[in-house]
Amino acid sequence: MNDPGQGIVHVVGPQLGLTQPGMTIVCGDSHTSTHGAFGALAFGIGTSQVEHVLATQTLPQRPPKTMAVTVDGALPAGVTAKDLILAIIARIGTGGGQGHVIEYRGEAVRALSMEGRMTVCNMSIEAGARAGMIAPDEVTFAHLRGRPHAPAGAAWDEAVAYWRTLATDDDATFDREVVIDAAELSPFVTWGTNPGQGAPLAARVPDPADYADPALRASVERALAYMALTPGTPLRDVAVDTVFIGSCTNGRIEDLRAAAEVLRGRRVADGVRVLVVPGSMVVKADAEAEGLDEVFRAAGAQWRSAGCSMCLGMNPDTLRPGERSASTSNRNFEGRQGPGGRTHLVSPAVAAATAVTGRLTAPADL
Amino acid sequence: MEAFTTHTGRAVPLRRSDVDTDQIIPSEWLKRIERTGFGAGLFSEWRADPAFVLNNPVHAGATILLAGPDFGTGSSREHAVWALQDYGFKAVISARFADIFRGNALGNGLLAVALPAATVEALTSQVEADPTIEITVDLGAREVRAPGLVAAFDIDDFTRWRLLEGLDDVGLTLRHQDAVTAFEATRPGWLPTTVPVPAGVSEKH
Repeated sequence: MNDPGQGIVHVVGPQLGLTQPGMTIVCGDSHTSTHGAFGALAFGIGTSQVEHVLATQTLPQRPPKTMAVTVDGALPAGVTAKDLILAIIARIGTGGGQGHVIEYRGEAVRALSMEGRMTVCNMSIEAGARAGMIAPDEVTFAHLRGRPHAPAGAAWDEAVAYWRTLATDDDATFDREVVIDAAELSPFVTWGTNPGQGAPLAARVPDPADYADPALRASVERALAYMALTPGTPLRDVAVDTVFIGSCTNGRIEDLRAAAEVLRGRRVADGVRVLVVPGSMVVKADAEAEGLDEVFRAAGAQWRSAGCSMCLGMNPDTLRPGERSASTSNRNFEGRQGPGGRTHLVSPAVAAATAVTGRLTAPADL
Repeated sequence: MEAFTTHTGRAVPLRRSDVDTDQIIPSEWLKRIERTGFGAGLFSEWRADPAFVLNNPVHAGATILLAGPDFGTGSSREHAVWALQDYGFKAVISARFADIFRGNALGNGLLAVALPAATVEALTSQVEADPTIEITVDLGAREVRAPGLVAAFDIDDFTRWRLLEGLDDVGLTLRHQDAVTAFEATRPGWLPTTVPVPAGVSEKH
């Protein structure tokens, strides 16, 4: 627990340079899709499949279908990788990527940092895809160079030459293609009990009556009842008790910087509990070297040790029944953060702004 | 693994879509290290409600779960499959399964049967009207049968054969050990291993 290398596997693997382009990476956790940000084929498996890998070094698989999600243009100021992936999931649905591996492409994806790319690929599973990938490029190589397990010297040049061959051919075709206009995106939050039930922060809680499909309408009704939300309520009016900043989705140094930037010189709203949890001990040390821990503490947030914390409610960091969180994690399922808890998925910047006002808020609203 | 050939039993209609594995087996159950005994935790949050369909005595002893679309989303926890099996389910029928759940289910001999949404709806309505009807899941014939209804389902030949024979994946793969060894010999030397790197050899930490 106190090892300086300890942390969430999807933070530590890339940090050590163990995640490299072209690799096949499996792990007994569905957010293994994170590693696809490096152009690796990475996906989560169950316990028996882990046993199979350890026994044979292989896994029998059928070829997946391919899906291209192309994000054209540039993300507007204040719109982050988390907003982008939440918007993608809302568009294609929690089953939209089922049976597929997604390749994220386009100008807005190319412009993302490796941290942002990891956030996007991380939540591929929430869109139903086991894996999501981004073609390796100079951003990838610069991020990898000099890491403990990255090749060095002549081997580095050999590796980079190979990695450059991995990008999808220009004339490749996909089983399914989705195009997103980055300019239309804005800070995004979830209102329901699956990650596809999301909307722009500027929107209102949806009305089940607006859904023609009876099964969908029933699902929305059920979600709003669980979340204790009234149709038509502006999402900006939704008050929270708790803010969680961390997880394998948003527990990296860039995420903590984004949250600290909002909280610097501000105070957490009265009665709001704010947990800031680095994704690894290295992220924690880096953040402390930059003084981010002091920013969080001065604002009234708790600065915690590295781990999964309130993402999945497996340890004492949980919501009590009826409590509501703004969370930078990846799942807003019923009870995910504690029995009866209500979760709104948000970006680190929105989480921090929400901490200040006690209501779902974007930094631009402050 | 126990072979699956054909199964006939009564069904429970679970009219919910996006049933995630956190609902099937909450995370507090993941701290156990056994593979058995998870039936008590199956849908435990929902079962706390006396009106939940699994608590209806007319469905006691049912062995087939009829669920809404996108069943088994979320966490890769195989405990979800173990919980369904431990409770007594032999098959789950849904319009769409999450990929990891489906792999886990078929690996353990719990048949995940995908049928068109309209067919699942017809079966669900039929069971709601008469909980005593029996449904047959016939893997050999690749079809589901209920009174007045026969529906074909897809399953790849390899998975079907493995389930029909009750074969173990590891044993099957080890038959190809020579090919695995030959492939491993081609692995570039610069790819990482999990051997610790001595302190001070890297520029970044």
